[in-house]
Amino acid sequence: MATAAEIEKQTEAREIRNRWFLSAPALIIILLAASGPLLIVLLYSFLTPGPYGDVQWTFSTEGWVSVFLERDIFDDTLSFASAHLTIFWRSLKLALMATAATLIFGFPTAYFIATRPERTRDIWLFLITIPFWTNLLIRTFAVLQVIRNEGIINTALINLGITDQPIQMLYTDFAIMVGMVYVYLPLMVLPLYASMEKLDFRLVEAGYDLYATRWQVLKRIIFPMVRPGVIAGSILVFIPAIGAYVTPSVLGGGKNMMFANLIELQFGQGRNWPLGAALSITVMAIVMVALLVYVRNTSGSEARHG
Amino acid sequence: MNLKSMSMAAGLALLASTSLASAAGELNIYNWGNYISPDMIKKFEKQFDVKVTVTDYDSNDTALAKVRQGGHGFDVAMPSQTYVPIWVQEGLVLETNPGGMENFKNVAPEWANPAFDPGRKYTVPWAWGTVGVVVNTDDYKGDINTWKIVFDTPDELKGKVNVVPEMNDVIHAAIKYVGGEQCTGDKDVLKKVRDVLVAAKPNWIAMEYNTIEKMGAGDFKATSDWNGSALRQRLKNPAIHYGYPVEGFQYWSDNVVVLKEAKNVDNAKLFQNFMMDPENAAMNSAFHRYANGIAGSEKFMPVDMTSAPEVVVPEEFKKNGEILQTCAPEVTALYTKIWTELQK
Repeated sequence: MATAAEIEKQTEAREIRNRWFLSAPALIIILLAASGPLLIVLLYSFLTPGPYGDVQWTFSTEGWVSVFLERDIFDDTLSFASAHLTIFWRSLKLALMATAATLIFGFPTAYFIATRPERTRDIWLFLITIPFWTNLLIRTFAVLQVIRNEGIINTALINLGITDQPIQMLYTDFAIMVGMVYVYLPLMVLPLYASMEKLDFRLVEAGYDLYATRWQVLKRIIFPMVRPGVIAGSILVFIPAIGAYVTPSVLGGGKNMMFANLIELQFGQGRNWPLGAALSITVMAIVMVALLVYVRNTSGSEARHG
Repeated sequence: MNLKSMSMAAGLALLASTSLASAAGELNIYNWGNYISPDMIKKFEKQFDVKVTVTDYDSNDTALAKVRQGGHGFDVAMPSQTYVPIWVQEGLVLETNPGGMENFKNVAPEWANPAFDPGRKYTVPWAWGTVGVVVNTDDYKGDINTWKIVFDTPDELKGKVNVVPEMNDVIHAAIKYVGGEQCTGDKDVLKKVRDVLVAAKPNWIAMEYNTIEKMGAGDFKATSDWNGSALRQRLKNPAIHYGYPVEGFQYWSDNVVVLKEAKNVDNAKLFQNFMMDPENAAMNSAFHRYANGIAGSEKFMPVDMTSAPEVVVPEEFKKNGEILQTCAPEVTALYTKIWTELQK
């Protein structure tokens, strides 16, 4: 005769089985759709480049070797592929800066929305999502219209007599940052808002009652409690930012390659698909490892707080 | 007959009828964006009772990759001259022998027997042009017929020059600038090429394609560019002029080919022949603003083109141009490395 505990265990096991069973179709689709193309990319990275693009079905590690090492075309010495590293570092730096900047602008925005009366919050949220209605490229060109030499800002400054020469903003790193922050800000605000909405503001009041300063309240009470939102927002911004392609080319002028441009070059005019495939896998692996470390570390400290 | 089999039968009937209708007259064109005259398409549709569909591509490499994959459903494409031998070699195009078609007599003699398609066995001229420099002469009064604008930028233009990021075009220009031969694999020449490019880059403001709008708005004061683009810029701002670099510039040409996989071969051949009619070629040129290689089409072209120095290469510069050829894969690999070095 089964005890109550055993029966409970059995029902639980059945429920878990059911859950797996019900989610199986979705899991299969995700596995096939996500890993299928990736496997092809992985396979291509181990083939030989065809003479005019495409690949030849001969095994080769040349693609992987040239991700990290390059043979100097002039003195034929083999050295570390510093060009690839420079380009990767540029993309990484830009992605980190964009994440930090969206956090700086997104945090007060989300806080502002979360502290509005419930009726008006939806309107504010709605306003945040408006830029999503238009295509990324169009939003980027809108930024271009604002900051270019004959754009709104420079025309206004000249007409007001503040400067007599337009200030060169387009094709600078500043322009890229403006564009990236504008484009990715909603991705930061929405998860931040989601966790701030759940924040119990009585705790904040309690903190003030106990003579905490504003900074202490922010650092010791609000920030730890909205940390999941910060993590989610950072990941959502960082990942597309490291593969950013359109914004840096349109606003930065395309003089300096981003990692995505380097990959595109291999599949286009460079005609070295295996190298392009190997570069794609490399950047993906680096991002994945970095994120795993990041999430593990931050969620660990979370547990201590709980 | 139950409902299911009835609806299936109806579906099959519908399928059969549409496929019959499409067999009567369809043509699927795979072309560069914004590069085909809608009026000319209408004329072709009317004349042969054919429904034309146009799909865009943005680069020769995209087009090549897609056509090579197969199953694309296109009948006609417009590869550039450097790619025509690759398409032929890879067996992607049909030998339609335009050289024997009725309208071939109209093809201008200099385009009748090109090195990239001897005897015109596969291709029909679509458009041709040059790659040179465009300068806003309000900002720079000196000689503009030189690559120095880009590679040894005069002080007035420093920080205001754009370079269109077509790897093969830029490398070719730099090779000519240092006195080399096109498609060279000579390390001494290439070293100079790399040094020239790397030294020139700090004077550039951007490397992008959107030159018509940016030159017009004054974001750029000079750029490397295609001639048709230069013409459109001058029509916006008369101070903008096109220069033919004395160090050597390139002629390019895009060409109509019929794909081996084409389902509508007859219509595609009709289209090839149609494009060699001077009136039709002129209609197309009036739209994309490039010359077309069909003799007698000048008569039907807008006046602002027949008198344009961007379209009609001035006699004194003709000798400095050469048609760009297909470079060997191992040479392209070297160019890619220089290009990565330049843009890192």
